[in-house]
Amino acid sequence: MDILFKIFIEPFIFMAEAPDLLVQTLWEGFVSGALYALIALGFVLIFKASGVFNFAQGIMVVFAALILVGLYEKGVPAYLALLLAVAAMFVLAVAVERVVLRPLVNQPDIILFMATFGLTYFLIGLGELIFGGSPREMITGPLYLPQGTTELEMFGGVVRLQHLDMAAAVIVAVMIGVLALLFSKTRIGRALRAVADSHKAALSVGITLNQIWVIVWFAAGIVALVAGIMWGARSGVSFALQVIALKALPVLILGGFTSIPGAIIGGLIIGVGEKLGEFYWGPLVGGGIETWLAYAIALLFLLYRPQGLFGEKIIERI
Amino acid sequence: MFYREAGQFQTNYVSDAAIFPLREDRIGLGAIILGAYCLAFLGNDFLLQAVLIPFLVFSLAAIGLNILTGYTGLLSLGTGAFMGVGAYACYKLTTLFPGVNIVVWILASGFFSAAVGVLFGLPSLRIKGFYLAVATLAAQFFLQWCFIRIPWLVNYNVSGAIETPLRTLFGIPIVGATATPQARYLVVLTIVVALTWFASNLVHGRIGRTWIAVRDMDLAAELMGIRLLQTKLLAFAVSSFYCGVAGALLVFLWYGSAENDVFDINQSFFILFMVIIGGLGSLIGSFFGAALIYIIPIALSFGLPLILSPFGISIGADTIEHLRFMIVGGLIIFFLIVEPHGLARLWQIAKQKLRVWPYPY
Repeated sequence: MDILFKIFIEPFIFMAEAPDLLVQTLWEGFVSGALYALIALGFVLIFKASGVFNFAQGIMVVFAALILVGLYEKGVPAYLALLLAVAAMFVLAVAVERVVLRPLVNQPDIILFMATFGLTYFLIGLGELIFGGSPREMITGPLYLPQGTTELEMFGGVVRLQHLDMAAAVIVAVMIGVLALLFSKTRIGRALRAVADSHKAALSVGITLNQIWVIVWFAAGIVALVAGIMWGARSGVSFALQVIALKALPVLILGGFTSIPGAIIGGLIIGVGEKLGEFYWGPLVGGGIETWLAYAIALLFLLYRPQGLFGEKIIERI
Repeated sequence: MFYREAGQFQTNYVSDAAIFPLREDRIGLGAIILGAYCLAFLGNDFLLQAVLIPFLVFSLAAIGLNILTGYTGLLSLGTGAFMGVGAYACYKLTTLFPGVNIVVWILASGFFSAAVGVLFGLPSLRIKGFYLAVATLAAQFFLQWCFIRIPWLVNYNVSGAIETPLRTLFGIPIVGATATPQARYLVVLTIVVALTWFASNLVHGRIGRTWIAVRDMDLAAELMGIRLLQTKLLAFAVSSFYCGVAGALLVFLWYGSAENDVFDINQSFFILFMVIIGGLGSLIGSFFGAALIYIIPIALSFGLPLILSPFGISIGADTIEHLRFMIVGGLIIFFLIVEPHGLARLWQIAKQKLRVWPYPY
């Protein structure tokens, strides 16, 4: 009975007693959820347009941030380094399309998935070879990212909001808005949606598949760059950031692989759930449950909805 | 010339259904196994300890993953964790019951791993494909967290690591600091040969056919009367059994002691790479893949300085490590493009060429 009390009653009493801590936890969960959503968005873009489950999205986040910081350290001005990082993402998109996707067209999904594994390891090796494996500080100052904290007094306590986190939330919202507009209002967006619906039909009305792939990989690269800057500013730029990218996978299965709103809502559920779980229930089992809690939440959801919250229900015929 | 089937006739159904219908294949296999046993007495300690033992251990783990991913079509990213379950189970068992022979416990620890594998395989009826791959990642992270956070698993060692005690077989130490590489190698080789033989019989028999049917099209398999859940769970159980035994061998007969990060996600990925490069759905491919992935770093760390030193270029150990990542990654993409069936398919082609030699067709 004691253990049941500790699991089901005590955390809620604690929440009610110290609402300022609850708000603080919820805010932190919200911010990390927004950033998970951003990484997941990169996956969704590529999966929608080409059916490739891009495992390399996580390393693309690290790689993009590493190029930015690495170039800045070599003496390149911050904004030029940012431009060069964007250019590098474009080169990567073209290279991936030429070297990986084009020869593997029409292969089963699982083969393409494994090819992105190869890409992941290649990029890890390349990144470490060029920039070294040591962790770095993100260049927040030269990029004019806001710093400092605002302290809000509420419920008799203090809630600290990092300016950087607020900026991250705003940037994520803007990013998602821009992508939504791109998808719904532009010619390229229409082509992307057509390709997502059916490769063959899109080809037959004159949409160039190869071009579309370059565009989505480039878009995913930019999303990765933004995610890399924001995550890097929070926890430094190193190859350990890959773990965060693995966190985006439960976000995806929660939201469904093909849905942008799914990625956002899934990200927020995972982010908030994870922080609440770690803060209120983590101490019961010795802490550190953040590493798997996201997966447990996602797995529980999957047992009820195997296609995720907003995923397309796949009807199989024989 | 020597590899001909001319003159060999099958006169009964048993010989027709044999796994190796050609006499040359059977002789070749026997020679390879005999040669492997002879290596224990011919090879030096470095070869046995640093090359052959890990090669065999990783081959066994690759066979385990191949049963799940290659034969049943269920992608798993949690191999490292299942290996860890085997290693920790073996450690608990042998410290709780030191009187029982270690080989018994190494094999028995596979059953613990199998039970855990079945538990994490349960969602596989409802979810499939990428969703299942992510679900197995849950196993990877959860189990590794358990290895770190439950000190009971390592008998409350302050170091948090498994330290293998001295264990003997027929009076010869095979586990612990005093065991010779020869003794370890012979034990590993015997276990791997026995389990490979068992796996070969399994995948060529009724059970293997149901696995392949599920892999090729699970709906059709279900319509033919194959029970999906049982088949998938059995695949998870057998696969985890092999991985668990491999994990126990890894710690007890190779490393000697191990911390939890031996069983991290990179281990899972490397085993997966062995299966991809070796060939999905092929036992011999598991051996090829393990050899290639395991030999690349050794070859690089010895070969590159040898090639580059005459040109006055010195190359650091970390650069070699980075090159290894790039080469493994590049190789995976290369193999998927050029030969999606892996090294095993190349082996098959080579045998076919030899059979029709000197005529090309």
